Amino acid sequence: MNFKRREFVRLGGISLAGTILVPPFLKSCSGIPISDNASGYLDHFEVTPQQLQNVIKAALAKGGDYADLFFEHTLSNYSTLEDGKVNQASSNIGFGVGIRVLKGDQTGYAFSENVTPEAMLKAAATAASIADSSGNLITADISEYISPNLYPVKTSWENTSVKDKIPYLQRINDTVFASDKRVTKVNATLGDTTSYILFYNSEGRLAYDFRPLVFIYVTCIMEKDGRIENATASRSSRQGSEFLTNELIDTLSAESVEKTSLLYEAVKPKAGEMEVVMSAGESGILLHEAIGHSFEADFNRKKTSIFCDKIGLKVAEDFVNIIDDGTLASDRGSLNFDDEGNQTERTVLVGNGILTSYIHDRISSNFYKVKPTGNGRRQDFRNVPLPRMRCTTMENGPHKKEEIIESVKNGIYVETFSNGQVNTGQGDFTFFVKTGNLIENGKLTRPIKDINIIGNGPKALADIVMVADDARLSAGTWTCGKAGQSVPVTMGLPTVKIKKLVVGGTNA
Amino acid sequence: MDTKEKQNLAEMVIDHALKGGAQQVSVNITESRSNNIEIRDQKIDNLTESNRNSLSIILYVDKKYSTHSTNRLRKEDLFKFTDEAIAATKFLGEDEFRTLPDPELFYKGGGADPAILDSTIEAIEPKTKIDLARQVHDEAFGKDDRIISVSSYYSDTIRNRLLVTSNGFMGANARSDISLSASVAIKSDTGRPEDYWSESAQFFNKLKKESIGKNALDRVLQKFGMKKISSGKYTMVVENRVVPNLLSPFYNALQGSSIYQKQSFLAGKLDKAVGSKVMTIDDDPAIPSGPGSKLFDDEGLASMKRTILEAGVLRNYYIDTYYGKKLKMKPTSGSSSNVIFTLGNRDMAAMLNSIKKGIVVTGFNGGNCNGSTGDFSYGIEGFYVENGKIVHPVNEMNISGNMNDIWFRLAEAGNDIIEGNSFRIPSLLFDNIDFSGI
Repeated sequence: MNFKRREFVRLGGISLAGTILVPPFLKSCSGIPISDNASGYLDHFEVTPQQLQNVIKAALAKGGDYADLFFEHTLSNYSTLEDGKVNQASSNIGFGVGIRVLKGDQTGYAFSENVTPEAMLKAAATAASIADSSGNLITADISEYISPNLYPVKTSWENTSVKDKIPYLQRINDTVFASDKRVTKVNATLGDTTSYILFYNSEGRLAYDFRPLVFIYVTCIMEKDGRIENATASRSSRQGSEFLTNELIDTLSAESVEKTSLLYEAVKPKAGEMEVVMSAGESGILLHEAIGHSFEADFNRKKTSIFCDKIGLKVAEDFVNIIDDGTLASDRGSLNFDDEGNQTERTVLVGNGILTSYIHDRISSNFYKVKPTGNGRRQDFRNVPLPRMRCTTMENGPHKKEEIIESVKNGIYVETFSNGQVNTGQGDFTFFVKTGNLIENGKLTRPIKDINIIGNGPKALADIVMVADDARLSAGTWTCGKAGQSVPVTMGLPTVKIKKLVVGGTNA
Repeated sequence: MDTKEKQNLAEMVIDHALKGGAQQVSVNITESRSNNIEIRDQKIDNLTESNRNSLSIILYVDKKYSTHSTNRLRKEDLFKFTDEAIAATKFLGEDEFRTLPDPELFYKGGGADPAILDSTIEAIEPKTKIDLARQVHDEAFGKDDRIISVSSYYSDTIRNRLLVTSNGFMGANARSDISLSASVAIKSDTGRPEDYWSESAQFFNKLKKESIGKNALDRVLQKFGMKKISSGKYTMVVENRVVPNLLSPFYNALQGSSIYQKQSFLAGKLDKAVGSKVMTIDDDPAIPSGPGSKLFDDEGLASMKRTILEAGVLRNYYIDTYYGKKLKMKPTSGSSSNVIFTLGNRDMAAMLNSIKKGIVVTGFNGGNCNGSTGDFSYGIEGFYVENGKIVHPVNEMNISGNMNDIWFRLAEAGNDIIEGNSFRIPSLLFDNIDFSGI
């Protein structure tokens, strides 16, 4: 978002999280040609270009090869509906700077929640200690990076009062209750986050970003004859409050009711290996768990991924093309630049069945001597960046959804999921199926629910035997966890058939 | 900040909020400092130092409720933050059940020190910590040709907290947590399996520092020949190291919030049998140096020992002030302290000896549990056991069932708890569990 400098100075409307107080004007542009936008961000964090350079100098004082500073100011608000009313709200403000020093593939890291020169220099000295010689005291000239604007905002969340959010949550409650007599409870949460990011590194790159993020969750709880079932529907996006529309609310409400109703009909499949058809959309969780994490280059450079010796090799059928994309407009997983200041891109991971690229951060792209893919991401300024996915999808293939389902004699069709996991070294991955159907003699039959599916990454990838032409993204609220850090991601898939996976179920 | 400074800050914010229109206020100030060291393949891979501060405030304004937190602790920022938070709260719907706890239930002093703070760790030289991590690393590195990578980790954290409420509670506590761990990856016949070993303690001197790297290596070397076996019903032993994962959905279902939200398969089961007679669990906050020991909980309620399950019969839920009012139950505490499972007589090895055909679960991989119905399904790995002997490691299998059923299948509890874990649960043996494999 392009702000005029003065707009940073606003003290916040009646939004939940207050903005911090910022001095009206700091002399941030002492002779260094940077744009008004860049100086706006410098002012926001109360730092000057000279200070940035001094902190970098201190960070490299013990002979580090590289250093970067990641300033973040994040305001989050959550409004929750329970018992028919929006009667809970919460907010959080996180502010600080993370200072990283690299020496080869070694990392020194410290952060400060104060951005005074003294506090930053102290943190820089701590991070510097990863190296143990003497430093190079020449600083690079500041070079402003002009990033694309993948998530333009019409009305920022900072300018949206909780008062304006309540009617949408209330509408969810009323719509869901009105749709089915079995509904006994509705819970809904709207969460919005606004982050100001300022990045500077020892190569002189100065970048800044305004990152909006919103999610909405609806949980529908039904009770019939003493049996309780519940299901959740959600959406997420990098948008401002224009995200909230009555159409969105009605779609989500209907989805939550429909999913919960289905559960009353659902059975558990028979336990064991069988053919699995992954529906278009949410089933992208397959890519995320079965291969995505194992393609993250930190595991590969450490040789602890099962895919570490497979670059350039055939890993799937010719019609399998897998992409990790950080450039989709307003997508939850997109970034104008990654958390190491690198441009994001559309990275082909598997092209025509061949493993073409890992998912890189700065350390791994240096290790493999390839261009960074813009996958260096971190939870916040308190954490080091790591190779992380963005939006992981598969391109359309040559088959039709109908022919895929018809080709299965005894198997399952899986449609919605709650979570997944992987052991990257052994390659075993899982995903938990919330809803789907049995497939019997080429036809979708009874709904299924609440089963875990487990498989092995390289085997499952090679076992993708059919790919349809109906690729779709899931706009759900997916959050990926790794090394204690959570980042927002998305995923997608066309309808896909896997020859066999182990399906949890009964042995009756 | 020392306790006095924290107290001044908290009182200043409470005073400001009360003057600004709040009727009740609770302020919690937390400060934590931690050091993390990772050694990988003989080199320091990562050194991270972390210093965090945060202030959170709970507001009760005209029967309306909200919570807020910030790490901007300058006075003018906090005042503005509080003003905006109060203004926003006024837009919310009323909730008559939201109040601060009954002061009668607050901790009023006089309890024995839970002894969970080792302030000496701040004086330990970084070199000592690095050397310790190196020692753990060196126990595994180069010890077997099949090793791909060895990482070791040292971590320490000191956390200080002060809770002040506008209806008279003030309590400070502090704790330390120290851990040492190792993970070792090898190249096996089926992949690049990894395993780990970890030790933790509240006091540096009590932290077990030997055999961590060696244990991680020994464990991963057992992962040759991993394979899945036929689907079917097997006896299952869940190793103590991972058994809290299986108990976790059960624990979620004991929460007042889950019960009220109809997301608990244990709703309405107080004083009824919910598991086998083997299942006796106490929640004991007063164990000296227990990792979960505390004098008061997050709301300031005095902590006390409670029986959760008595020979399979459910005796207590975890109820906080709010859900206590909604459910018309007396608050116990919304959170657990030290969860103590009554031990059996044998360790895991002895239990294995008596198994005819079964699977020892040593790791979970994903899966979930439906809180409303109790239906669960989890990925697992471990070992196939026949006639008391381990035959081969297994992977790529699931277990499935229902939480209302599986705990009745609990046949035996081991006597092997892990020190350093607030969930003191031994290895557990279950009969007839549904496994899916080939």
